This record gives sequence, C-alpha cells and structure tokens, in this order.
Amino acid sequence: MDMMPPSSFDRGGPAQPLLIARDLRKHFKVKGGAPGAVVRAVDGVSFTLFKGETLGIVGESGCGKSTLARLLLHLIQPDEGELVFDGDTVAEVRGISVNALRRQVQMVFQDSYSSLNPRMPVQDSVAFGPYVHGKSRSAARQAARDILVKVGLNPDLFGPRYPHELSGGQKQRVNIARALAIEPRMVILDEAVSALDKSVEAQVLNLLRALKANFNLTYLFISHDLNVVRYISDRVLVMYLGSVVELGPVDEIFSRPLHPYTTALLGSRPSMDPANRIEEPPITGDPPSPIDPPSGCRFRTRCPHAEPVCAAKPPVLGEWHDRTSHVAACHLHDPASGHSMARATVGAA
Amino acid sequence: MASSAVMTQETAPPEEPVVQALKVRGYWASVAYRLRYDPMTVAFGTIVLLIILAAIFAPMIAPFDPYKESIIGRLKPFGWRGHLLGTDELGRDMLSRLIYGARISLLMGVVPVVIATVIGGSLGVIGGFAGKRVNTAIMRTMDVFYAFPSVLLAVAIAGAMGGGIGNGMLALALVFTPAMCRVAETATAQVKNLDFVEAARATGAGTLTILRFHILGNVLGPVFIYASSLVSVGILLASGLSFLGLGVRPPVADWGLMLSTLRQSIYVNPLICALPGVAIFITSVSFNLVSDGIRAAMDVRM
Repeated sequence: MDMMPPSSFDRGGPAQPLLIARDLRKHFKVKGGAPGAVVRAVDGVSFTLFKGETLGIVGESGCGKSTLARLLLHLIQPDEGELVFDGDTVAEVRGISVNALRRQVQMVFQDSYSSLNPRMPVQDSVAFGPYVHGKSRSAARQAARDILVKVGLNPDLFGPRYPHELSGGQKQRVNIARALAIEPRMVILDEAVSALDKSVEAQVLNLLRALKANFNLTYLFISHDLNVVRYISDRVLVMYLGSVVELGPVDEIFSRPLHPYTTALLGSRPSMDPANRIEEPPITGDPPSPIDPPSGCRFRTRCPHAEPVCAAKPPVLGEWHDRTSHVAACHLHDPASGHSMARATVGAA
Repeated sequence: MASSAVMTQETAPPEEPVVQALKVRGYWASVAYRLRYDPMTVAFGTIVLLIILAAIFAPMIAPFDPYKESIIGRLKPFGWRGHLLGTDELGRDMLSRLIYGARISLLMGVVPVVIATVIGGSLGVIGGFAGKRVNTAIMRTMDVFYAFPSVLLAVAIAGAMGGGIGNGMLALALVFTPAMCRVAETATAQVKNLDFVEAARATGAGTLTILRFHILGNVLGPVFIYASSLVSVGILLASGLSFLGLGVRPPVADWGLMLSTLRQSIYVNPLICALPGVAIFITSVSFNLVSDGIRAAMDVRM
C-alpha cells in the first residue's frame, strides 16, 4: 500500500482517517407488519476508511451493503451513529453539513441506465454537478468534456448522446465521470461493475484504478463478487445481516479468513478447476430475516461451530487501529468467550 | 492481488478504441425525424393545421357572411347559388359558418386544456415529489372531482355559473384538471425513485434544481401527450355544452350550437344537419391520431 501524496485540501494529513463510521444504525419500519416490527438493515456498523485506500465491502444480498452506502451520504437518515469525515463530524452542530460532505463524497450506482436521466444528453448529466456547485453553464460544460476524456469517452462523439444510445460499459463510464466531475475525495462504488460483462468489467475496473491514482481518490467498493473485490481492494469488510463480521487486509482475508461466514463465502466461489468442483455448498439456505435476527451471534443458525454460548451473547468485533489489523466478530477467536473450540482454531480455516 | 476473473494489467490508458458514432441529433431533431417517416401522423397533422389556419383566417376564407340570413334560401342543398355546402335553417351559408365555428370550437378545445395542464400539472408534480401527506391532500381532493362523470360535472359547473364562452371554458378546465394532475403525479412518482434523482441529490442539488433539471423533462412528455389527446375531448364537450345551451349563445357560429339548432330540420335536409357533426368528428379524430403519432415519436427509447 503506497501513500498518496496529500491533496490540496487534505487537512488532517495522511495519517488521519478520511472517514470514520461509528455504530451506524438504520431500522426500517415493516409495512403492514406487527406494530414495532423493524428491519434491522444496518445494525451497529463501525469502520475506518483510510486515505488513499480501497475498502471492499462484501456480503450476501440483503445484508445491508447498499443501505450502508446511502447512510454514508445521508441519502437515508441514519437512526443512530456518527460519521467523521477527515476530522469533522457530519451533520452535527460543530461539524460539516451534509452538503459539504456531498461535495467531497460521490457515489456510482449499480444500474447504469437508471442512474442517468434518459432525457438528458450525457454531457449535461455530467455537467449537472459542477453547475450545482456554482460553475457557469459553459464552465460546467467544459468540466464535463474534460472529465469525459479522462474516463475514455470522446466528448464530441459521446457527449451529445442520450443514455439509450450508449452501451452498458459506456454508460457506467459516464456515471463515473458524473461522480468525478465535482472533484470528490472519496467515491462510493455500489455494485458499480456488477451489471457489466466480464470483459467490460475488467476495463472499467482498470479505469477505476487509473482514476484513483490520477485524482488521489479513496474508494469504498461494494460488491458481491469476491474476485472483483480481491482485485481492487486494499482491505475488505465482510457484512452479515446488517453488521460487520470481519475486517482486515485483502490478502489476509482471502488466505486466512477468521470468521466461519467468511470461510463459507470464500468456499462458495466456483472453482476454475473442474476436478476440484464444489460438491456441497458450504452454506445453504437464506440468511435469517433481519426483522427478527437470531440472538447472540447472527450467523449461529448457519454456522458449523455453533454452541450455546453463540446464542447467549453476541460476539464483539475486536479492536482495529491501522491498515493491517485483522479482526472478526466470533467467539472462536475470543479465548474468554467460553466456546469449546476457542483459540484452538485461530487462523486455521 | 491478481485474480483469475479480471485482467491483471496495471492501468488502462484513458482511451478506448474509437467507436464510429452514429449521427448525433438533438432530442427534438430526432423527434421531427421520426415524425417525418410516419405518413399517418403527417396526413392528419396537415388536416389539423388546415383547420387551425381556417379558424385564424376565417374572414378571408369564408365565401359569405356567416350571419347573413335569407328568407328564401333556407336549408338549400349543396351548391345552391354558390353556397358550396348549402344553407342552414335561417338561410346562412353553411361553409362560412363551419369555418367561423372552428374558431370557437378550437378555443373551447385548447384553452381549458392549457389551463388544466398548468394547474393540474403543477399540482401533480408537487404531489408526486412531496411527501406522503401533501400527496394525500392533493390527490384525495382531485378524487372528489373524479367521482362525478365528466360531462355531468361540466354541465353542472357551467349551469351553476351561467352560460357563455368564459364560463364554459372554466367548467371544462375544472373537469380536466384532476385527470391532468393524476398523469403528472404518476409520471413524477415513477421518475422520483430512479437512481439518477438520487445521484442528483448526492451531488448536493436542492429540490427545486432537481425538479427543474431532472423531473420536469421526464414529466412533460407524458403530460404533453395526454394534453393533446384531451383537446379532442374538449372540443366534443364544448359542443355538448353549446348543444345544451350552456356554451355560446345564438347566433354565434359554433359547431355544437349549429348541431343543436339544425336538429329540428333533420327531416328536411339531413345532409346539412350532419355537417357540424362531421366537422367535430374530423377535428377530434385528427387531434387524437396526431397526438398518438407524437407519443410514438417522442419515445426516446426506440
């Protein structure tokens, strides 16, 4: 992991984390459900995003990845929790406003078609951000043309076109340009390449890497595709049913997973070798309902190592301090937890 | 960090093989282009245009004075003494009266729709974009108007306020507003939840800016199309009001009124009596087909 040179408005210096999320919570009311029933979409998520890194977030469908992304931009109001952006708390009295945050954090959505206005030429969609942030129409248009070049689209050729006249990869390039047009410091990529063909996906991933180096960006990369996350991330955060189960450097997570859920996720990847075919899925069934999650450890209903202690008390994600910490929320890795296999299995996946 | 699924080359140059672009057209240019190759829309669009031109230049085109009566020349057949389409029950030239009648009919067809589009459209966009409470307040109020059959409502309002062109148009505008509101509300609600609106919010844009740049453009299409189809309904309803004596007063030339006064003479000269009906029919069908054609041409996702 090399350090990025500090950008012009990098106030806290390279050591200060760009974004700290503390105990973010969002519960949605269940429509027509029992009174008081809530979906615990994001339930106490904390993590740190360091400057210049790419943090991958993985997890099954419905584990709260996208809700988390929207919470970070305050597109959905968090019920609880705190966001600290480069030393400033967000939307608090003494911190920075949500608008100031949105000036520095942008998002690329999964559906490249619906995230572009179908009645707007793409150059106008890209120019919208700079225009909103006070540039004149012509300056915004020029900024849009410049950034279109940076994402590999000829502005004369593609700028005046409508989204339906572009391919999926081209549209996603436009979306990346739209996110970068207001020169953010951080970009949230919510399944940004998941809907693309493998070949186009590779092109866009390489483009993202190049742009990150060019603009000193920090990425939060949300995906369900483990290979893609491994390729692009520096660190990985694994989510299960609205909470973090494991956090660590990408190579550690992939070579030495701590949490049984991570092990199962890695084990469920199809093998490239036909002789080494997976005969039985490592985990089966759907995750339990986030309306009424299991007590204690949420993974215990599908975990091969579940014991009474797992139902009795929830495991705590260990302390992390820097980019190399590798922690998991599992009683197996807490010698004091009372789990019969605790410590014995540490590191053995 | 290499993986088997993705290419491992470090960075891609920010250029890709240049794809030969199709000819790039603006939105309205591409709409016009598609309209040109739709013979049906072109044909009926020409008819609509002719009717509008005839209404505007009525004094120059009409061969006779539409109000000049003649005791001896009543209900004469086509071509009688230069009266191309015959004369009515008071001996007035039918062709001239039909041409002049287009003025009132088009006015009564278009003005209420414009009023309803502005009022209903704005209410609908507000209702669709604002929260649940505002939406409920607006839409339930509109539903009250919806509960009455449109003709009955128009007749009731015009009857309560008294006849005349102004009141007739107001009554029709009130009848069209709830429908217009619903169309705008539906279109807004559909667009509102799409990612590009969320992306615009994430850029830090305010509600008004988002409405102006991202919502209106997507709502205007359906609203405009619905409005153009309402014009023919407006002409029909206006004729109905005049027929019932709630629109314009005799001797003004108006298709609905002409139909009403001529109906007593249907056994004397049925062809003449049918003429205002034919005019209403042709106009409303033309407006309908043209709006259909525009609807197809305006769909950018072709």
